[in-house]
Amino acid sequence: MKTNSLVIKTPEGIVFSQALAGPVTRFLAWFIDLLSIAVLVSALETVLGLLGFLSPNLVGAAFTLGYFIISIGYGIFLEWAWRGQTMGKKLLHLRVVDAEGMRLQFDQIVTRNLLRFVDMLPAFYFVGGVSCWLNRKCQRLGDVAANTIVIRTPSIAEPDLDQLLAGKFNSLSQYPHLTARLRQLVSPSEASTALQALIRRDEFEPAARVELFEQLARHFQAKVDFPPEAGDGVADEQYIRNVVDVIYRPSYMGHRP
Amino acid sequence: MIIDLQRFITSERSCWNELDKMLGRLEAEPNARMKLEELQRFHELAQRTAASLAKLTTFSSEPETRRYLESLIARAYGEIHETREKRRRILPLRWFFQTLPQTFRRHIRAFYLSLAITLAGFVFGGFATAFDPDSRHVTMPFGHDQLRPSERVQQEENRAEDRLAGQKTSFSAYLMTHNIQVSIFTFALGMTWGVGTILMLFDNGIGLGAISVDYAADGQTRFLLGWLMPHGVIEIPAILIAGQSGLALALGLIGWGKRAPMGTRLREVSHDVVTLSFGFGILLVWAGFVEAFLSQYHEPIVPYDAKIAFGAIELVLLCLYLAKSGR
Repeated sequence: MKTNSLVIKTPEGIVFSQALAGPVTRFLAWFIDLLSIAVLVSALETVLGLLGFLSPNLVGAAFTLGYFIISIGYGIFLEWAWRGQTMGKKLLHLRVVDAEGMRLQFDQIVTRNLLRFVDMLPAFYFVGGVSCWLNRKCQRLGDVAANTIVIRTPSIAEPDLDQLLAGKFNSLSQYPHLTARLRQLVSPSEASTALQALIRRDEFEPAARVELFEQLARHFQAKVDFPPEAGDGVADEQYIRNVVDVIYRPSYMGHRP
Repeated sequence: MIIDLQRFITSERSCWNELDKMLGRLEAEPNARMKLEELQRFHELAQRTAASLAKLTTFSSEPETRRYLESLIARAYGEIHETREKRRRILPLRWFFQTLPQTFRRHIRAFYLSLAITLAGFVFGGFATAFDPDSRHVTMPFGHDQLRPSERVQQEENRAEDRLAGQKTSFSAYLMTHNIQVSIFTFALGMTWGVGTILMLFDNGIGLGAISVDYAADGQTRFLLGWLMPHGVIEIPAILIAGQSGLALALGLIGWGKRAPMGTRLREVSHDVVTLSFGFGILLVWAGFVEAFLSQYHEPIVPYDAKIAFGAIELVLLCLYLAKSGR
């Protein structure tokens, strides 16, 4: 079955996943790389043009060899130097890694880059794109031969809980037996949904944001019946902050003024 | 139960940061070796981070921290569980005189197969030229079908000016890059279960066979040998090696008689096909140089016997190198 992530299970039983890059993102990265190669070739042409008075024959040979080395060596050199990234992959947060989670080897980089000759057929990476589309791990033929995959590596930030949670006063903290009940009843996925809603609150349209937090507040209110004064004058979004605070920072509840 | 996320992060963060730093150092300096104490610490940190991930996955669905820990574990996993030899420094002479010929011999069956396919093409091309002269328009490359061999020999031997004057170096560079590209293509087509590689080798054989029989039938064997041998004795084996690496790749892909999964089979053959690829690249650089600077010059400028002798010496040296070097 085709999925958008590759799950690896270590011998210790730890499971981790790698988010696979899709064919379109990879095509865009390749396009950026193509532009980078064009810039390098054009720079080479300019430099050699200045040396043309020495010997047109030598300059012609240097350009032929230089063009060949740049076009073949670009991917190999950068993926080796930048641990699986080229300019395009760096900009789009992609990285080539070993398909089984091992260290990426030089041989694998060379193999996947030489196999581009087939993946590019008949034009615009058609063979590679079809292979990527059909393959479970979204591999082009070069990746299959080299046993590599291309993953997405978005910048990962730890959540800033101080910014998100209730702040100094949490109206629910007045009822420790009910907050304990709430923590007991809420599942990890429900807690995560509430936390994610807070983390991404600025991404919503105003109306959608109001509606989402209203629904979430109703959902959590139905879980545990707090006295009416706990929610009096508290907006739905603030109520969810209080709920998340109760769930994720139970140790802080007792120390509040 | 849902864990107290803030307390959990605060208590574990120093461990994650330390692991992150160690991984960064390992990735920045692939040749660095860790001391035993560092290795023990690294292992301990990786295990602790793995435990954090397991705990977080079980008791909280907080995705940001989980992704962060997963990325750390993924990087540490590769460092800890990698069993392939870490290549420290490339020693060019050792690679050339030991690794390359040893690798060639390790896949000698693929080379023989490559040779057999080319010979089959050669025979086919030769028969086609001998029995159907019109086929020359299809089987011969580079416009060789336009002239009879004896006409071309006459033209070449009576040429007053040097047609490559002032462009030998650039012609040589063109030959090198063109032949290397064709060879990489021949190798890469191994991923079509070898079908593409076989077709490329067979096609190459057809062209060679057609030209050889054409020149021999026209009484120009000496010219043919003088023309082709100086560069051909290196160029043709280089293309055969490209075929060999393509067929080795295809055998890894097909996996006849092997129970290992495809990924493992391809992983096993990966280093060897890359070695062979660099090998045919080097041979083709030499062949391109010889073709531009020697092969295109004929009698009376360069005697055919000298060119044939030069080609024969190259061939003997190449055979000795591939058969004996690094034993």
